[in-house]
Amino acid sequence: MSVINPDQIDAQRLAGMRPAADRGDIDPALGDGSLVDDPALRPPLVLNGRDFHDVTEIVCGYSEKAPPWWWFHALGAAATVAGLAQIMILYLIITGVGVWGLNNQVDWAWDITNFVFWIGIGHAGTLISAILCLLKQEWRTAVNRSAEAMTIFAVTCAGIFPGIHVGRVWFAWMLFPIPNYNWIWPNFRSPLLWDVFAVSTYATVSTLFWYMGLIPDFATLRDRAHRRLRLGESQNMKLRVPLPVPIPAISLPIKGDILRAYIYGFLALGWRFSGRHWYRYEKAYLILAGISTPLVLSVHSIVSFDFATSILPGWHTTIFPPYFVAGAVFGGFAMVLLLLIPLRELLPNMKDLLTLRHLELMAKILLVTGMMVGFAYGMEFFIAWYGANQFEWYAFIGNRANPETAPYWWAYYTMIFCNVVTPQLFWVKKFRQNPIIIWIVALCVTIGMWFERFVIIVTSLHRAFLPGEWHMFYPTPVDILTFVGSFGIFFTLFLLFIRFMPIFPMAELKAVMPGASPHDHEHHHDDEHDDPHGDHGGDSHGEPTKQGAH
Amino acid sequence: MARPIYQTESGARVFGILAQFENTLTLSNAAKVVRDAGFKKWDTHSPFPVHEMEHAMGIAGTAVRPLAYAMGMGALTGAVGGYLMQWWINKDYFIVVQGKPTDAAWESFIPVTFELGILLTAFAAIFGMLAFNGLPRHHHPLFTSERFLSTSDDAFFISVEAKDEKFDPESTRKMLEDAGATHIELVEDG
Repeated sequence: MSVINPDQIDAQRLAGMRPAADRGDIDPALGDGSLVDDPALRPPLVLNGRDFHDVTEIVCGYSEKAPPWWWFHALGAAATVAGLAQIMILYLIITGVGVWGLNNQVDWAWDITNFVFWIGIGHAGTLISAILCLLKQEWRTAVNRSAEAMTIFAVTCAGIFPGIHVGRVWFAWMLFPIPNYNWIWPNFRSPLLWDVFAVSTYATVSTLFWYMGLIPDFATLRDRAHRRLRLGESQNMKLRVPLPVPIPAISLPIKGDILRAYIYGFLALGWRFSGRHWYRYEKAYLILAGISTPLVLSVHSIVSFDFATSILPGWHTTIFPPYFVAGAVFGGFAMVLLLLIPLRELLPNMKDLLTLRHLELMAKILLVTGMMVGFAYGMEFFIAWYGANQFEWYAFIGNRANPETAPYWWAYYTMIFCNVVTPQLFWVKKFRQNPIIIWIVALCVTIGMWFERFVIIVTSLHRAFLPGEWHMFYPTPVDILTFVGSFGIFFTLFLLFIRFMPIFPMAELKAVMPGASPHDHEHHHDDEHDDPHGDHGGDSHGEPTKQGAH
Repeated sequence: MARPIYQTESGARVFGILAQFENTLTLSNAAKVVRDAGFKKWDTHSPFPVHEMEHAMGIAGTAVRPLAYAMGMGALTGAVGGYLMQWWINKDYFIVVQGKPTDAAWESFIPVTFELGILLTAFAAIFGMLAFNGLPRHHHPLFTSERFLSTSDDAFFISVEAKDEKFDPESTRKMLEDAGATHIELVEDG
């Protein structure tokens, strides 16, 4: 057992939980028990015999118990870096966009690179919640909440860059068709304006989708706080002083559960888990998934129109929309893995809900989308050659691929290595089942996807048609610190999320567990006495089950 | 015939009966019993949506139809409104760009039309779902039952309101007991 769940003792102490049921020996080929290869077997989505109550305890425990020690340090570091971004943005606004390394030739550089990078990362959440929902991929329930949260935070970071890039930020409201005294309107034939609508629609719909999933889980947190208040189990809030000398925690004159009951209660909108409500809720969720699927595909297509509808060699290609969407999914999944693999180690009992199989499936998605991106890279060269346009051919060979003529050749090969070569490791089963290797590949992909956008934007711009206009781009410290700072904003938001919100969709997770469907109980009356818990007569929780039995 | 008003011994009005069930199968079977007995003001409560509960409750189709219309209206309003906004703005403040004619270049208006159609459908889906569910409603008599709070964790309930025409404190309780309830309690209209 210790191999399977090394954090178990710690976890139970932290979460105050009863121990997991002993499942006996697990075949080592199954990893933690979830890596079932036989298509006739249904691999478990929740391990260690956790039942509905355990799921509630584990997930609510993350926001109800005192946060782990590393959380404060991580939040402190992330918030400091986020503050750096804010100082840089303030400096930019009071000085002008000249503080960046932009010049007359390269007038889009790190700002738009960062925008496309972050908006791309923001595609995984809605992909998981919408497309995988339509495809009935039940494993998505373990990752969709945190992926959706990540989506919203990434879109937040993305929104900053075009906003501050416009120069006179106080006129940014003119991007929207708002009646004004000068009676001028935006140009609806510009892809840049389509972008405004696509990104703001995407941010709004993703947030609503996320919030809708959160309603029942906020209600669970509300009910638990109410129950503790009624039973008199609630404690006053304590202010811990983070000093090396032991100082007793200061007791505040308010109970934490009162705040929880009010705040979670307000957000839960009075959800009472009614069957009539669930019916409309599920239908609305399905329709939202149905409309979010074309939405998520349209957003990055429209982002790619910013480039594809121009006549600049290297940008003017019809492959851009599908190529950008595949790249966005690729980069988004990499970021999900980058966040969840360490979290899985750090948070107690998380490995029971997020199994090795989840990671393996996401690694497979990385492989597939990485191959799509690799195909697009190759196809760009083919069309440049086949199209016989000398400017386009020069944009790809002379500006990107040939180290003797292209000053940014290293960026191009970093991109190829990170995005095309490293995911090929996942052809090997051992590698795609190893969290450390998946994490390293995900890190490479994140770096590679940033370079992809840099290559597309800067190498195309720095040498356009007239050699007399050619100009290199060099980032200034403000460029670099703003980009680093955007990671601070992202991680600050994510750390606050894992502390205060249910990071797994409890209701959705319970609905795909054994014992959730009425049919689970119809065939298992005979072996009910074998059940170690004797609860709900559910079949062997956490074990691979025969698909035919359901 | 006026409905009798049921009161507890302390004089509080009765909201209804709350019956707990062991698992989703007994819940779903009991829901069929209540449905077939002809009750209207009743509900099931489960920590997650139970498979095919809408059929066991006899609300399949009818309960979501208005929501579907609302979403359709949202899609139409968003797309048509979005297109007309662009068309009018283009007429009002025409920018000569890309050599496009003033009145026939509808193609470049499609992306924004599409996005606004999606946006208003999403609004209709979520706010419509909440509105047809009668939410937000932060207070409900069922929340006075301490046992009911565990429905957000792992418990399954059926509640039958005293306002229902078929409601009777004795026979309704008996019906739920026979349907397999493990615990039954009266909920006051708090």
